[in-house]
Amino acid sequence: MRRASTVTTPRKLSPYAIARTRRKKSLQRFAQAFFGQPAGVIGLVILSVFVLLAVSAPLLFDREMLDITKTLGNESLEPPNGDFWLGTDENGRSILAVLVWGARASLVVGLAASLISMVLGTLIGIGSGHYTGLAGSALQRLTDWFLVIPFIPLVVVLAAVLGQRGLGTIVLVLGVTSWPGTARLVRAQTLSVEGRPYLERAKVLGDSDWQQMTKHVLPNVMPLVIANTTLTVAIVILSETTLAFLGLGDPFLDSWGTMLDKATGAGAASTGAWWYLLPPGICVILVVLAFTLIGRTLEVVLNPRLGSE
Amino acid sequence: MSERAAVGSVASEPVIEVDDLVVTFRGRRGGGTARALDGVNLAVGRGEIVALVGESGCGKTTLARSILGLERPASGEVRFQGEPLGYGGRALKAYRRRVQLVLQDPTGSLNPRQTVYEAVAEGPRVHRMADESGRVVKALSQAGIRPPERFFLRYPHELSGGQRQRVVIAGALALNPEVIVADEPVSSLDASVRGEILALLLQLREELELTLLVVTHDLGLAWNIADRLVVMYLGRVVEDGTTEQVLNNPQHPYTKALLSVVPEMEQVESIVLTGETPDCARIPTGCRFHPRCPAYASGEAEAAGIAADCRSRELPILGATGGHRAACWLVPAGDAPIPR
Amino acid sequence: MSDVAALELRDVHVTYRTREGPVPAVRGVDLSVFAGEVVGVAGESGCGKSTIVSTILRLFPASATVTGEVLLDGENVLTMRWGRMRAVRWGVASVVFQGALHSLNPIQRIGTQLVEPIFLHDKLATDNSAATKVRTLLEQVGLPARHADAYPHQLSGGQKQRVMIALALACDPQVLICDEPTTALDVMVQAQILELLIGIARERSMAMLLISHDLSVLGTSCDRVAVMYAGRIIEHGPARAVFDWPEHPYTRALSSAFPTIGDAASRYAPSGLPGDPPFPGDLPSGCPFHPRCPSALPVCPTVDVKLLPAGPGRTAACVLVDQSVPTR
Repeated sequence: MRRASTVTTPRKLSPYAIARTRRKKSLQRFAQAFFGQPAGVIGLVILSVFVLLAVSAPLLFDREMLDITKTLGNESLEPPNGDFWLGTDENGRSILAVLVWGARASLVVGLAASLISMVLGTLIGIGSGHYTGLAGSALQRLTDWFLVIPFIPLVVVLAAVLGQRGLGTIVLVLGVTSWPGTARLVRAQTLSVEGRPYLERAKVLGDSDWQQMTKHVLPNVMPLVIANTTLTVAIVILSETTLAFLGLGDPFLDSWGTMLDKATGAGAASTGAWWYLLPPGICVILVVLAFTLIGRTLEVVLNPRLGSE
Repeated sequence: MSERAAVGSVASEPVIEVDDLVVTFRGRRGGGTARALDGVNLAVGRGEIVALVGESGCGKTTLARSILGLERPASGEVRFQGEPLGYGGRALKAYRRRVQLVLQDPTGSLNPRQTVYEAVAEGPRVHRMADESGRVVKALSQAGIRPPERFFLRYPHELSGGQRQRVVIAGALALNPEVIVADEPVSSLDASVRGEILALLLQLREELELTLLVVTHDLGLAWNIADRLVVMYLGRVVEDGTTEQVLNNPQHPYTKALLSVVPEMEQVESIVLTGETPDCARIPTGCRFHPRCPAYASGEAEAAGIAADCRSRELPILGATGGHRAACWLVPAGDAPIPR
Repeated sequence: MSDVAALELRDVHVTYRTREGPVPAVRGVDLSVFAGEVVGVAGESGCGKSTIVSTILRLFPASATVTGEVLLDGENVLTMRWGRMRAVRWGVASVVFQGALHSLNPIQRIGTQLVEPIFLHDKLATDNSAATKVRTLLEQVGLPARHADAYPHQLSGGQKQRVMIALALACDPQVLICDEPTTALDVMVQAQILELLIGIARERSMAMLLISHDLSVLGTSCDRVAVMYAGRIIEHGPARAVFDWPEHPYTRALSSAFPTIGDAASRYAPSGLPGDPPFPGDLPSGCPFHPRCPSALPVCPTVDVKLLPAGPGRTAACVLVDQSVPTR
């Protein structure tokens, strides 16, 4: 009847202690599985480097170095040299400094917009999967509607409607436009969870709709959502770059996207100023790659069908 | 044995009554409505174990789900202790504290991300019952998981099939229900484990005075634990009586056929019916069993002069109470159902 | 019956490599099936019965180590070249799996799926001859020939299982292996399918290996039956005799798990064994059945009993058999 117990359990257990122990155990298991995947570890290392750079930007380069009025003394579009390791831009600013400060903007936009998209996508996805009636189909139509609208024009319109182009506007615009993919995925997963007998059991035990969604559906879709969100971060960073490159970004914000935009504007491509174009481009690629690697690894580790038995 | 049957006889006091229940589903690709239940009467007495038997598509699972309030009837009603079932959120929640469900597949009925403790504590938590951990300990040991504490932190995949089903049963017991509806409780378990779970159900009836409604296709299970047997075919009850009456002396040709294909019944020549249960969106006229009926095909019905009735005359619906009954034109009038 | 068995397993061991260490799924199985014979293998989940099926057609995963011999008509499957192996699959031996409901391609007509193996194994087949063959096959399994134009979703569960049987018969194999062919089907349909399978095996005098968790099904339909527990055969003999007078306590438990209806002794007395089937990676010492055995002796945890003679044509792996005088 009983197999030998592998867990030594203390005599008295409060539900909270049980939840804590369980969380600790599953976290350990997760860490073990994640670090067993080289791709994920590489992604994590790359990302850590960029996060570290972004966080320590004020320590590395004074904010003043970005102020065009303070850099008039420097030569513009100077190739890399001992003073400026990555050369200077058309205003004589150190490209390395702009790059490090740009990491902040790009990462903040990427993470914040992805968070909005994750919350919206999960809520709408679970809702449209759980409710079978009118509410469910309405949410599904909404998802479909956002999914089929071409992305760039929508962003252009939204950016124009929202008026002033600050960091917040860009985050909002990207967040509001990138959730339908998540919602679709969550909906599909919700439908498969809804078909499982344990949801029927929960219903019979007396769970309300809210309890069914939060206690049974959410924990089972969450791994997918997390994996998917890391992939969304990559897409959002690219989109921000695209927006900025198209001149729809915040002109006073120094992100990698605006760098690329200004570089083209300053004729970096035609004058052979590779040090202006390549660094932000490579950084975008590396960060996107890092998030993709992490996302894929999370998918493998967390996916209930591939992961835990 | 006979005193046992008396304990569970409907005469005692019906806990659950089903009155002329009709449940319909919208047909696939707009193919009209399917009547999954087409007029069912049933009464389950306190402390009684009733087995609902039939093949898939006969409506036994739909009936069980209707009794739990998971399906809304198109007409007719389900009563619990004389009170019609309410379908509002609060009424259903209160009702389901007293009537619980155990599903066929214990692996599927446990959330893979919940520990044993959480799975069993879910009911008491939802209903805000006092002394959660005490209830969990008690329910687990009642279900034969001992010592309960050692299993608290296990995940379903760390348990065997039999243990999982015991955890599911404990989850139901944690609410102190009066009735448990079990849908094929042992059919996905190993043969050697099956007997233990059935023994547990019998024991729970004795100790907790539980009323059990077991949905199954397995006549052996019915013989092992049920006081009464209700055979269903295509949305109707076709035979109803004590287990001894129905299995030792089956009246309906469908029951006879079901009994004859049980492998242990080698003394009986097996009557293998042709075809499968038809779609309940296209119910045959007359007796709904006549296209597959061996008695009709062999000319027995013709000889008795009722073949025309089989083809075209609708059978009266069996009532909820009153001894051994079968819905068949061949069954002598004395045993025939009282027309309603 | 010829001298050479159509299918013979000689001391087959299968061990899976897993993260938790080696898991012995099959631990030395000897079994033979002659042409025209139906042999059943009974056992519960994890006893190794499905692993045996995978060795016969070499369908086991790369993580499995297989030793011993699997002979199909005297030819060892385990040492065959891949080309020959492909010809043997379906042509010499074929399998009817339990997941019939999902193993048909949903977007191909039944006829198209039946024709495929025919062309694959018979280079001389023409469109016409193949179409004729499909019609014959369908009729043999009790389906009207017009079902060749149907898609799987238009068929019921029982009809799909019939198609799977037709598919297995498509290349006229000498050995038919049925792995839980009736699980997940309705009782009445189970009886139909079983009747059909046994009928076909007799008619074509094929060798048939029928795998099931339900000893009562095997006991009433096979010639011989082998009962497996923890990777070994623990009892073997004429089906009826094994089912009616089991020698091994485990077989006894299996055969009484499904009661005889009408038998007053089993009324309100379901019979089962305490505990669960052991995990193959963590077997109890001695006789692996001893922790659950109702008649275990003090020696059982220390003695690993091999199959012992237990009456005419019968063997059982239990110390109690050794002590009993061979009667009957």
